[in-house]
Amino acid sequence: MLWRMLGRSDERVVAGPRHGAVVRVTHWLTLVAFVALAIRGVEIVFSHPRFYLGETGNVNMKPLFTLPVASSRDTVPTAYRYVLPDQNGWSRALHFEAAWLLLFVGVVYVASGLWSGRFRRELRPSGGAWDVLRGYLRLGPMREEPVRSYNALQRAAYAAVVFVAFPLMIWTGLAMSPAFTAVFPWAPLIVGGRQTARTLHFFLTWGLVLFVVVHVVMVSTSGFVARMRGMITGGAHGDGGAA
Amino acid sequence: MKSFSRRKMLWTGAAAAAGVAGLVEAPKLMRRAGILAPDCVGAYGPGEALTYAASRIIAPNARAREFSRSWISTTPFANSTYGPIPAEFAQQKAEGFANWKLSVSGMVMHPAVFSVGDLKQMGRSSQITEVACEEGWSYIAEWIGTPLAKMLDEVQPLGPARYVMYTSMRDGWTDLIDMHDARHPQTLLTWGMNDGDLPFGFGGPLRLRLPKQLGYRNVKYVHQMVLTDSLKGFPKGVGLADPANGYSWYAGI
Repeated sequence: MLWRMLGRSDERVVAGPRHGAVVRVTHWLTLVAFVALAIRGVEIVFSHPRFYLGETGNVNMKPLFTLPVASSRDTVPTAYRYVLPDQNGWSRALHFEAAWLLLFVGVVYVASGLWSGRFRRELRPSGGAWDVLRGYLRLGPMREEPVRSYNALQRAAYAAVVFVAFPLMIWTGLAMSPAFTAVFPWAPLIVGGRQTARTLHFFLTWGLVLFVVVHVVMVSTSGFVARMRGMITGGAHGDGGAA
Repeated sequence: MKSFSRRKMLWTGAAAAAGVAGLVEAPKLMRRAGILAPDCVGAYGPGEALTYAASRIIAPNARAREFSRSWISTTPFANSTYGPIPAEFAQQKAEGFANWKLSVSGMVMHPAVFSVGDLKQMGRSSQITEVACEEGWSYIAEWIGTPLAKMLDEVQPLGPARYVMYTSMRDGWTDLIDMHDARHPQTLLTWGMNDGDLPFGFGGPLRLRLPKQLGYRNVKYVHQMVLTDSLKGFPKGVGLADPANGYSWYAGI
């Protein structure tokens, strides 16, 4: 179980989970942006809780699936008799402002990660991610934790979020923009159309939310205070690499 | 923690001052360049400003995606309109919109009133483009109309004119675009759809089609256009599809 991690964290706390200033600042700004983006994500779904594949989709077309929720539009058939209030105006603005924040933060984070060699050092796949997972789930022996860096499962998870999920989020998001696709018409085409991009955007959101939940659970069960200190002040002990 | 050296502090201070000065000056420079969205105020102002400026800087003259005939939706969706129907509109509808007029006034050399027939005389353009609603749904149709640029050539905007404001007779819905969007070759005063007349539900007899932006700016039943250099003196929230809910002026994303 995950709780086994609780008693195992001491040696790493002493070694000092440390993060540099760039990682700490971009981490929390990313959280701010992600929450803002996700608020809009929840909100917009209610104005059309139907999802499609392909380029086009509307209430006259058969959806891929429909969420069993009420809608903020009376033009959308749902199982409910009421129509939710329209909150699309401000939440749109919030979404794109947060998207800009995320873009700037992302550029700084990626440039710094490449420049400093941090990506190569900390996020390069180290093999054995499944063994670590099996250990956490008690399906196999617990692997020894690296003291000053991430284990194979962490590397795989963080690399997937940084190099796969976020770029795909930005891509599928922009693939819905009529002005962006005017310049880059292949953006929606390559994933199968504008509505497919929208559907992927929806599932990617859940993927990232799932990551956040697991991430917070893991932090909470492996020395919460020390890990928060590591991500806020950088940690007080030692001068090891980011962990 | 390392202590700051005096030099580092000076450089940091200078950089911060330059940053603040840049942020203060940026809107002025953007306004001068004509790439500042008119609704860049409040908490969401920076985002609005960045989004519109980016669209104008990256590829200002890009054309919205056009599709081949086989992509035309067989089941397009005509969104609802709301509110009481004004008597004037009911009258027009009873006449089958045969006497529909578009009045153009404001900062133009030749204010004019055009019938749909007059517009057809000015030029015809068609495009197979997607209507995408901010809610998420979409469809593709062929849109046939007169490029707004052709109509502007007739009325001749005065030098200072910066915006074209357009109003729906159905519900008074008002929006405005800047001269850049107004002159874009795909911006159409649309009177036809899929080889026929523009059906009532899709905005017939006259709809402004702006395919590089989302549906809510593609106002239906347009009967009035005013060219202006400023939004002062016009109803509050002009340029916002629904001011109460704060829809953004620019909807290219």
